[in-house]
Amino acid sequence: MILDATTLNMLKLGVWETLYMTFTSSFFAYLFGIPLGIILIATDKDGIYPIPWFQRTLGIIINLLRSVPFIILLIMVIPITKLVVGTTLGASAVIPPLVIASAPYVARVVESSFKEVDAGVIEAAKSMGASPLQIIWKVLLPEAKPSLLVGAALSVTTILGYSAMSGFVGGGGLGDIAIKYGYYRYQTGMMFITVAILVIIVQIIQEAGMKLSRVSDKRIK
Amino acid sequence: MHSAEPIIELVGLGKEFYTASGPIKALDDINLSIGRGEIFGIIGLSGAGKSTLVRCINYLEIPTSGTVLFENKSLTAMRPREQRLARQSMGMIFQQFNLLAQRNVLQNVCFPLEIAGVSKKDAVDRAMELLEMVGLSDRSKAYPSQLSGGQKQRVAIARALATKPKILLCDEATSALDPNTTKSILSLLKEINKTLEVTVIVITHEMAVIEAVCDRVAIIDQSHIAEVGSVADLFSEPKSKIGRQLILGEAAERVIQFGDSKNVRITFDGRSSFEPVLSNMILACKVPINIIHAETKDINGTAMGQMVIQLPEDELDQKRIINYLKTAKITHEEVKSL
Repeated sequence: MILDATTLNMLKLGVWETLYMTFTSSFFAYLFGIPLGIILIATDKDGIYPIPWFQRTLGIIINLLRSVPFIILLIMVIPITKLVVGTTLGASAVIPPLVIASAPYVARVVESSFKEVDAGVIEAAKSMGASPLQIIWKVLLPEAKPSLLVGAALSVTTILGYSAMSGFVGGGGLGDIAIKYGYYRYQTGMMFITVAILVIIVQIIQEAGMKLSRVSDKRIK
Repeated sequence: MHSAEPIIELVGLGKEFYTASGPIKALDDINLSIGRGEIFGIIGLSGAGKSTLVRCINYLEIPTSGTVLFENKSLTAMRPREQRLARQSMGMIFQQFNLLAQRNVLQNVCFPLEIAGVSKKDAVDRAMELLEMVGLSDRSKAYPSQLSGGQKQRVAIARALATKPKILLCDEATSALDPNTTKSILSLLKEINKTLEVTVIVITHEMAVIEAVCDRVAIIDQSHIAEVGSVADLFSEPKSKIGRQLILGEAAERVIQFGDSKNVRITFDGRSSFEPVLSNMILACKVPINIIHAETKDINGTAMGQMVIQLPEDELDQKRIINYLKTAKITHEEVKSL
């Protein structure tokens, strides 16, 4: 294996595609995941706006989506992908299945962050006459922020891992390169390089998330 | 001390919790009237239902029977929106302070004002005024994690008063604090009651708290009100069994017996504690006695005390002393030892 200009360009494109898939999918996964997490926590039987039957139903739907293996989901949502993106090939085509697979996961991560917010603080807000929406906006979200950031690092790295799988269906990115060269063409060296790059990206995202969380947390200063 | 006009009335209030092992009655047929401007104490052992009771007053817990009247308006009949508005007239402080950990002191005090829709500038002005009052204006930029327990409770008090409430509910507000801090928080509550004319409702399991600040007190025991009255009356003559237990403590039922002679408890009210009751009695009856237990408390400026004395074995001597106590109109009773 030679690291010539073509190979380097391919790797550069792979990194860019991977980051593009990961962050675009993460953005949309959070766009759906945060409201879902809020609904899960608010409609709980002990929540600020209890609707227990609805909460249970939503919980089951989320668990169902999370039980479908990603590789199967990739194929299952091809019609949706075609409708939304217009093609089933390339990095953009992987975004709809990534969002569908990770939004329920993000919802659970967000829910668990909200669960860490002290019930006494929510009670205090209620005692001041705060409405459920005010409690969500002014208590749950700001108080859970450090935990939400740790959760985001976890979610983004998980989505990165999913995006690498999309190489199997021609999705692009570093995972695609690892499969094409490392697996189909037995270029073990290329496989190691892509895996090493993935490890570095995961490290950076994880550390950045933890650091942001520490800096924003007013409890430990 | 306070006008007769009630600000809070609880009428036949009951609360049941439904658990897997059947319903549990936390409150049963509670009837209370709390006057405007008074400091009212609610005392009970843990599990007696006092925390549930205070949460029924501002409807954080919805009672399963009876009504809560706030300024003659029934909270039961209000829509959730109106109930939230009513809550803005009732501040509340907690044992664990419950400050927002991600907001600084000033932002915490501004919080209820934001909820009430007060403009940012007015909110900051009001918050600084309150921080001045609780003595923390120099810590306005600090975060709760940088404050001591007593400072946190002061911030919580400032926050609870931000919307100019008519009532301040204190749920075990000093139970997580050391004795000195407790004292300073209690005197702050007293000051607030006097200067801002806020009715204060104090929930506690400590008699010392009731003794230090309250005008009137209700004793709650096993979901019921066992006794209500002025603190002075309660201390001089507790009527219920739980009242005696809470006030007289160890001395209530248990007295070590020396020999077979009788033990008598004498209770002093404000008047008799300034007279040399015991000396007079010994001089008049010419009978020696043995003091087994004695204590004096300062209730709103008057000395209240109780003493357990042991009488001699001679029956005639015993009668002489009992007769003396009767004619001198000193509250007394025989104590049965274990």
